[in-house]
Amino acid sequence: MYDFEYHKPGSLADAVKLLSADPDARPISGGQTLLPALKHRLNKPTSVVDLSGIAELKGIKREGDKLVIGALAKHFEVATSPEVKAAIPALAQMASTIGDTQVRNRGTIGGSVANNDPAADYPSAVLGLNATVVTDKRRIAADDFFQGMFTTALEPGELLVAIEFPIPEKAGYAKMRNPASRYVMAGAFVAKTGGAVRVAINGAGPGVFRQADMEKALTANWSPDAVAGVKQPADGLNGDIHGSAEYRAHLVTVMAKRAIDAAG
Amino acid sequence: MNVVTPFEGIGASVKRKEDLRFLSGRGQYTDDINRPGQTYAAILRSPHAHARIASIDTVAAAAMPGVVAVFTGADMPDLGGIPCGWQIHNKDGSPMAEPMHPVLAVGKVRFVGDAVAAVIAETRAQAKDAAEAIAVEYEVLPAVATLEAALAPGAAQVHDDVAGNVCYDWHIGDKAINEAGFAKAAKVVEFELVNNRLVPNAMEPRAAIGDYDPTTEDYTLYTTSQNPHVIRLLMGAFVLHLPEHKLRVVAPDVGGGFGSKIFHYAEEAIVTWAAGRVKRPVKWTAERTESFITDAHGRDHVTKARLALDANGKFLALHVQTLANMGAYLSTFATSVPTYLYATLLAGVYATPSVYAEVKAVFTNTVPVDAYRGAGRPEATFLLERLVDVAAAETGMDRVEIRRRNFIPADAFPYQTPVALQYDSGDYQATLNQALEAAGWAGFEARRAEAKARGRLRGIGISTYVEACGIAPSAVVGSLGARAGLYEVGTIRVHPTGSVTVLTGTHSHGQGHETTFAQLVTDRLGVPLAQVDVVHGDTAKIPFGMGTYGSRSLAVGGSAMVKAMDKIVAKAKRIAAHLMEASVEDVEFDRGTFRVAGTDKTKSWAEIALTAYVPHNYPIEELEPGLDETAFYDPKNFTYPGGCHICEVEIEPETGITTVVNFTAVDDVGRVINPMIVEGQVQGGVCQGIGQALLESCVYDSEGQLVSASFMDYQMPRANDLPMVSVATHTTLCTHNPLGVKGCGEVGAIGSPPAVINAVVDALKEYGVRHIEMPATAAKIWGIINASRPAMAAE
Repeated sequence: MYDFEYHKPGSLADAVKLLSADPDARPISGGQTLLPALKHRLNKPTSVVDLSGIAELKGIKREGDKLVIGALAKHFEVATSPEVKAAIPALAQMASTIGDTQVRNRGTIGGSVANNDPAADYPSAVLGLNATVVTDKRRIAADDFFQGMFTTALEPGELLVAIEFPIPEKAGYAKMRNPASRYVMAGAFVAKTGGAVRVAINGAGPGVFRQADMEKALTANWSPDAVAGVKQPADGLNGDIHGSAEYRAHLVTVMAKRAIDAAG
Repeated sequence: MNVVTPFEGIGASVKRKEDLRFLSGRGQYTDDINRPGQTYAAILRSPHAHARIASIDTVAAAAMPGVVAVFTGADMPDLGGIPCGWQIHNKDGSPMAEPMHPVLAVGKVRFVGDAVAAVIAETRAQAKDAAEAIAVEYEVLPAVATLEAALAPGAAQVHDDVAGNVCYDWHIGDKAINEAGFAKAAKVVEFELVNNRLVPNAMEPRAAIGDYDPTTEDYTLYTTSQNPHVIRLLMGAFVLHLPEHKLRVVAPDVGGGFGSKIFHYAEEAIVTWAAGRVKRPVKWTAERTESFITDAHGRDHVTKARLALDANGKFLALHVQTLANMGAYLSTFATSVPTYLYATLLAGVYATPSVYAEVKAVFTNTVPVDAYRGAGRPEATFLLERLVDVAAAETGMDRVEIRRRNFIPADAFPYQTPVALQYDSGDYQATLNQALEAAGWAGFEARRAEAKARGRLRGIGISTYVEACGIAPSAVVGSLGARAGLYEVGTIRVHPTGSVTVLTGTHSHGQGHETTFAQLVTDRLGVPLAQVDVVHGDTAKIPFGMGTYGSRSLAVGGSAMVKAMDKIVAKAKRIAAHLMEASVEDVEFDRGTFRVAGTDKTKSWAEIALTAYVPHNYPIEELEPGLDETAFYDPKNFTYPGGCHICEVEIEPETGITTVVNFTAVDDVGRVINPMIVEGQVQGGVCQGIGQALLESCVYDSEGQLVSASFMDYQMPRANDLPMVSVATHTTLCTHNPLGVKGCGEVGAIGSPPAVINAVVDALKEYGVRHIEMPATAAKIWGIINASRPAMAAE
């Protein structure tokens, strides 16, 4: 780890000021991605801006037909929150399967979504539920937010504040873990919200994406059988020592089936 | 007297004496040790698998804050190369190729991770900063990362002086008899398989501290070693040219070795030598990535085999051709693993009249490969037990029956194999029967049908094996090329009040020797377990020793202790005879009490111990005071643990995920000293075997980059990957050591991989699978299922 300055601002405005003033400053919340990178000397920020003292980024609350989760909500909090479990049980269930106990007590939903690791869990829930990402500057629709591997619509210095999830009629998530890292190798988040069906696929490709053929099939017939025959093309999916693109393409269908099964 | 004491001797599952220390965080590992004035070393490592070093510029690094010194290979002209401990001879009698292995690279780097320079600095971070500031100009050369690439015509040469990258081309067995066996065959089964390369990954990474006292010119090395005396010998005599009395090697608590901490590594020489240069202690601790790219890897064989059978399914002859990857340099025992620890085991548990094996060892631009839990025997067992299953399938015989028909019968021991070894004892039918019963073999088809109804493919696999432990005798291994003796040393030090300190030349790094060895003393001398301490791991305390590997500690080190206890008892009887005014021939000793035979005259252990050290009434003219004896024990033969492992798996066809649902191990490890520790040793070994069979995949790309260089990509077995392993023993005693013990540290890793793969192949039998290479990952299994049912791929 290289030396860096450490700041712990008490307000969102102060954090934004620090980050805007220095393009090489990095925000940190749970540190589950940044800290390993620092330890491996893969990242050399001039300063690290610790967001953990900012009250505006905290909290989980139901607001009418929406569930609003603050960026600093830890995976453990999402997994065990009565509000989340009542409104979107699939989201609580997803959170309960991220990493291990230590990760779930450090990692945050805002950090995961802003990082947009293709093998992360939350991006598929945000996209599948058609959530809105709220930043210190604006509101961004999920379809516009995720822009491929580790890339989002966030501008330099812009901070993710909260995520607003519409409450779905049905939602479910299933994933196959990478056998070594236990990150997502192929996952599917399915949701029916206000009659509209979304299927978001994570892990299998270079970024989270919607599976249009499955959405169409499920709109016509909400059942595991409806997607069993929908093949995900292998083109453009990841292939590595853990599995070929063809294997991941196959798993997309299997996980979609299981996600619908879980959604009921 | 009616004092009831718990039984703590041989056969008692007493709790491990060392565990309170480990579980409460009071272990003292090498990295826990800090010496006054200590500096830190960082090693700059090659990013290339093969390159010429055009230049190294250390000027900027040397000027960095906190830097004490920067060293490269050019600073060490007088140091020897890192030695290899076993010289193998080619078929034509010429010695193997043994290229120089410099401590820091000279001229060329030969694998990713090869040490290029060492920075010594005030802090770890400063040393790492400065290592990054060293400018090395490399001329990258083509690399050979696999056996196939290294042997291809025109392949890049890892060592300029080793033609064709062949270290040796060796054989064992009688070729003419072997060919005659094949000529008589009713059926010949041909088979090719890979034994996958593994990364050991002990929980504690390697670490070393060099210390130097300029007033006495004494050096001390603290290191994560399984054999401190061996390191002192190899590093002192061959690399640094230091005499033994000026070099102390301490291996304190060590957090797992599995073989990877047997070997002498460059970093040990670097910190010791550098401590002398900078006149301050120098500490180095590996990071996990360094462990992946510098700890010696295991296995990595490619083998072709042919088995000749007669019309009744009896084996007539076995011919094996193996290519073994040595990596870029010869690690300490690398050359012995695919020869005397592998090919000599190719008879297995079978009375095959002829075995002929040819082994070619090959250099590649990869991390050196050496012994890893089982070392050669897992490779032999995997080959044989897969081959036997294939032979059963192709002759239409039952998998159990073909084994029974070919077993060496229980009344045939001692049994001379056609590949040098003479097995002293065993009962393969008995371990097989016990395992079949325990695993519910007879009821399996019902479980398979039940699984099928749930959409799962269930399979069962069997492995019957024998291995060789406690490598010996010295004279024999010496004639085969070993450059060391393979005896062991034990000292029994009885203190004036009767308590006992044991000094052993073996080393415990997870095996529980502090308990098992103390039980031997309790059993023999009657001293309560709490009054026996076992000391190991320090050349300044222990007279001598060869360390721990090849499941030798109890069979060889325990036997040395028995010999030393014999001397103690003999002397104590003479003291007792004097005190009781009896003839020494009339004195009997039984667990703490000396008695004149046929009388009620007795003396206690404590009285004799005190008399030995307070010799007021003592046969001083004929007997020295004191009660402290040392013995060296050179074994007469290997020991031969064996047994039967049965594995049951379920495969989920739509993902290819395999779950081990049952695992049964019935092992013959000779006399069992502590059944609880044996159970744990077998379970740990089986878990590593399941890891090799299903999970662990060490992958190099064609450029020689280790792709699986972290836990993100290398799948170590975790608790939820593993079943509860059911362990039982069936004992036949070793006939040539005083305890009748055989060894239990490696049986789990040796017997289990073929049981797992045989079960996977059985589960997939409706798909016409003949073999599946390890690790049988979900992706690989799905590929097989998908290829045979493409229309149902997305089912």
